[in-house]
This record gives sequence, structure tokens and C-alpha cells, in this order.
Amino acid sequence: MIQIQDLHKSFDGAEVLRGVDFEIHDGETLVIIGRSGGGKSVLLKHLCGLLRPDAGRVIVDGVDIDPLSESELTPIRKKFGVLFQGGALFDSMTVFENVAFPLREERKLEEPEITRRVEQALTVVDLLKAKDKKPAELSGGMRKRAALARACVANPKYILYDEPTTGLDPVLADHINDLVLQTRDQLHVTSLAVTHDMTSAYKIADRIAMLHDGRIHAVGTPKEIQATTDPIVRQFIMGTAEIQTEVQRGTETVS
Amino acid sequence: MRDVCVYGGLATVWALSYAARGIMETVQRFRQFVIGQLNQLGSMLLLLLDIFKTTFSKRPRWRETVDQMYKIGWQSQAVVVVTGAFTGMVFAVQTYLQFHKVKMDTAVGPVVSVAMTRELGPVLTALMVAGRVGAAIAAELGTMKVTEQLDSMRSMGTAPVDYLAVPRFIALMVGLPLLTAEAMFFGIFSGYFVGVHMCGIDQAYFLNHMYQFTSAKDVASGLIKSVFFGMFIALISTYKGFNAAEGAEGVGRATTEAVVVSSLTVLIANFFLTVVFSKIIPV
Ligand SMILES: Nc1ncnc2c1ncn2[C@@H]1O[C@H](COP(=O)(O)OP(=O)(O)O)[C@@H](O)[C@H]1O
Ligand SMILES: [Mg+2]
Repeated sequence: MIQIQDLHKSFDGAEVLRGVDFEIHDGETLVIIGRSGGGKSVLLKHLCGLLRPDAGRVIVDGVDIDPLSESELTPIRKKFGVLFQGGALFDSMTVFENVAFPLREERKLEEPEITRRVEQALTVVDLLKAKDKKPAELSGGMRKRAALARACVANPKYILYDEPTTGLDPVLADHINDLVLQTRDQLHVTSLAVTHDMTSAYKIADRIAMLHDGRIHAVGTPKEIQATTDPIVRQFIMGTAEIQTEVQRGTETVS
Repeated sequence: MRDVCVYGGLATVWALSYAARGIMETVQRFRQFVIGQLNQLGSMLLLLLDIFKTTFSKRPRWRETVDQMYKIGWQSQAVVVVTGAFTGMVFAVQTYLQFHKVKMDTAVGPVVSVAMTRELGPVLTALMVAGRVGAAIAAELGTMKVTEQLDSMRSMGTAPVDYLAVPRFIALMVGLPLLTAEAMFFGIFSGYFVGVHMCGIDQAYFLNHMYQFTSAKDVASGLIKSVFFGMFIALISTYKGFNAAEGAEGVGRATTEAVVVSSLTVLIANFFLTVVFSKIIPV
């Protein structure tokens, strides 16, 4: 279980997170929705210690990770697989080498076993044919799938997805959603996805939380969120234009 | 008359306060600049410590190190050979023109060889490598930073210092002295060629005087300098790359700064190393 308690983070005086509280229960998929630039990626990076909070705590399986040094964090990070927004595949390596990277770095498995597991992971995401290509030769969807294979290959306990469907056409996006669900069912992972794609959120989420103004504004099952009367959540999930929020929130947003 | 005095007084006070404010703003800005620079120097020293610690505590990464030696060392040879050769040649011509006037033609040999081994070889090689390799390192690591590849590496439990910085560091500290030796050799050889075959200096005396006035100490001091230069270039370029600001613009700025700062550091450090070496290894 991951607990986030009163998390604060600012960059150069600009407050991005102002007291975020939530929990991710084992086995569930929690989706955090929120506007672009709202701090979703920043929040996600706190979970495995890539960013340090200004205040507040991140507790992974009962361990407060804030006091840990970069090297002490390694065992915690091994519990995570992270799918970054742009894939973040290593440019200098082939798809195969990218997916093999976490296994090779672990130095536990022999090379034939690594090959077997990498090819298996690539088969799942339907990329076995592209295994010798460099990321630059892949389309956006293929890159996301390769990154997904890399995130899952070491059998992590938690998977973090940063906008897994953003920038893909609806068919590809749905394919990624299916892969996310399949990963959950086969590996029994606990997942956190951040996105602003509501179709994707409804499809993969057990619970949805909305990040707004640096705090968790609402939490609920997809059904509850769909039925909510909260104006801010409604405005977001209906995708109405920004101008309305300014009116609805009145003076609060003038800055 | 009173009015004039009052207005004059007011104007003076106003002008003074304006000037004072200007000075204070300048002082303030200068203070921030100094603090910023010191901050950066501090972070660079921490990175250096981290690199040293990682080098000796983590398993060596042979593959990446050899890879970097190839990219940094092997592929820089053409640039370095051309630089060394033409510097040696032009140096031979210029010194010949001067020494010929006083009938000391054979002094060209030792002058070229001492200059190439002590100063020109190490400094020019380091400057060329700072431009070629420093830029490449900062651009590559900077791109990795802004596309979250460094974050993704850390998320998989591998430290970018371990996987990226240390191999580049070792490759430069080993590669730069080798390149410098190459530049020295080609500089002296082409100086010899120009001196003997173009300016008509007597071959035997040219070589004899060159051996007589060039010692192993000269070569050693040049090579030791280049180890330091390699360290500075590697440290500054990896630092600039790791700390690139967001976007393509950030990578561009990191690249430029890596080249400018490494080059200046090489030139400034060279002076101090020369002074120190002249104390430790007297000529
Ligand atoms: N490393 C950083 N340094 C400075 N500002 C940052 C950094 N990372 C994110 N930010 C800022 O934090 C805000 C939230 O960014 P982000 O979490 O990427 O939003 P999103 O919800 O779209 O993922 C943005 O205004 C961004 O400029
Ligand atoms: Mg984001």
C-alpha cells in the first residue's frame, strides 16, 4: 500500500502541490485526473522518490521514503515500474536493450533467461518484430508500448503510468487501455495512472481521484465520478471550456 | 536665490538617491551572480565527489567505458592530429624566421618540441576536445534529462552518475593524455619536416639540439596537465548536461555553456598548473 500524506511541492516559489492526501490500496488501479500543468507528473514522481517533497510524507509498504538516500531508495524503486509520459526510452539502445535494461541492471539473471523474458514482454505488447529498432525509428504508439514492456518486465509490485494514452489516436489509446488491464490481471499489480483522458480513466480505473489546485478535490469510483454534482469535477469530465471555470470559481482564481 | 538653492539641493538629493539606488541594484545583482556561481561550484564539487565515490565503490562498467573511449578518444584523433601538425608547422616557420636572423637556426628544434610538449600540445588538444566532446556530452545528457530518460534510469534503480558520468569521466581522463601525446608527436614531427625540408635547417643539429633541450619532464608535465584537463571537461560537461533546463533551448544553452566553461577552465587551470609544475618539476 502507498500512502501520500499532506504532500507539498513548489518550484521557484510556484506552489504545484499544496497538501495532497490519498492512498493506493493493494491490487487496485487508481487514476488521478487533472488539468495539464496541474502537477500530475510531479505527483507521480514523488511516489518512487524521483522528486523530494517540501513537506509531507510518501509511505511505501510502511516505509517513509523521504529520509532515504538515493542509494537507499534503490530497493524501494525496484518495486516500481514507471511508464513516463513520452516513453523515456534510451535513445542509444535498441528496443530489446531498453526492455532488457532493468533485468541486466539487477544482475540476477543469466543472459538466456533475460532474452526469454524480454521477448515474452515484447510479444505481449506486439513489438517482437521491432526489437532491433532504435526508439527514433518507432511511432509514438510503439514507443509507449515498448516503454510499457520495460515497465513490466521486472515484475514490479506497483506500476505508475504517466498519461499512457495521451497523443495516441482513439484506437491505439484503447489498445493501451487493454494492455493496462491485461497487465493488472496477469501480474496482479497495483497501479496508479495520471491522465486527462476520461475515456481511458473510466475504462481502467477502480477509483478515480481528481487533482485540482494542488489538492485531491474528489475521490470516487468511476460511477460516482460520472454521477457527481461537484461543479469542478463535472466541468472537467464534460470537457467544457476554461472560461466557465473562471466564472464558477469566481474570485478564487484571479492571479 | 533661496529657491535656486532649494531646488538645487533637491535635485542633488534626488540624483544621489537615484545613483545610490542604481549602485545598490548593481551590487544586489552582482551578489546574486556570485551566489549563483558559488552554488554551481558547490554542486559541481558534490558531483565530482559522487563520481569518485562511485568509481571506486561500484562495479566498473567496461562496456560503456570502452564505448566512450571509442567515441571520445578514437574518433577525436583526426581533429587532434590536424591541430597538432599545423601548430607544429606554423611554429617552426615563425621561430625559423626569427632565429635565422641571429644565425641560430637549429634552436627551432628544441623550441618547437618544448612548446609542443609543455604547453601547446596539452592546451590545444584540450580545447579541441572541449569543443568536440564537451558539446557532445552536454547535448546527449541534456537531451536525456529533458526527455525524462535520466528519471527513468533512476526509477529502475540505476544512478546516472554510475551509468553515464563515470564512463565518460574515465574515458576523458585516460583518452585526453593519449590524444595529447599524439598531438605532441605530430606537432614535433611536422615541425621537424618543415624545419629540415622546407627551411633547410641541418637535420643532425636540429635533432641533436632537440634531444638535448627536451626532457622527459617536459613530456610528463604536458601529459599530467592533460589528465587534469580531461577531468575538468568531463566534470563540467556532465554537470551542464545533467542540469539542462527544460526544452530544446535548455539543451542548447547547456551545450554552449559546457564548451565555454570547459575551455576557459582549461586556459585558466593551465596557468596555475604551469606555476605549480615549475615548483615541483624544475625545468
Ligand atoms: N523540474 C521542474 N522544475 C521546475 N518546474 C517544474 C518541474 N517539473 C514541473 N514543473 C512545473 O510544475 C507544474 C506542473 O507540471 P506537471 O506535473 O508536469 O503537470 P501535468 O499535470 O501536466 O503533468 C508546471 O507548471 C511545471 O512547469
Ligand atoms: Mg505531465
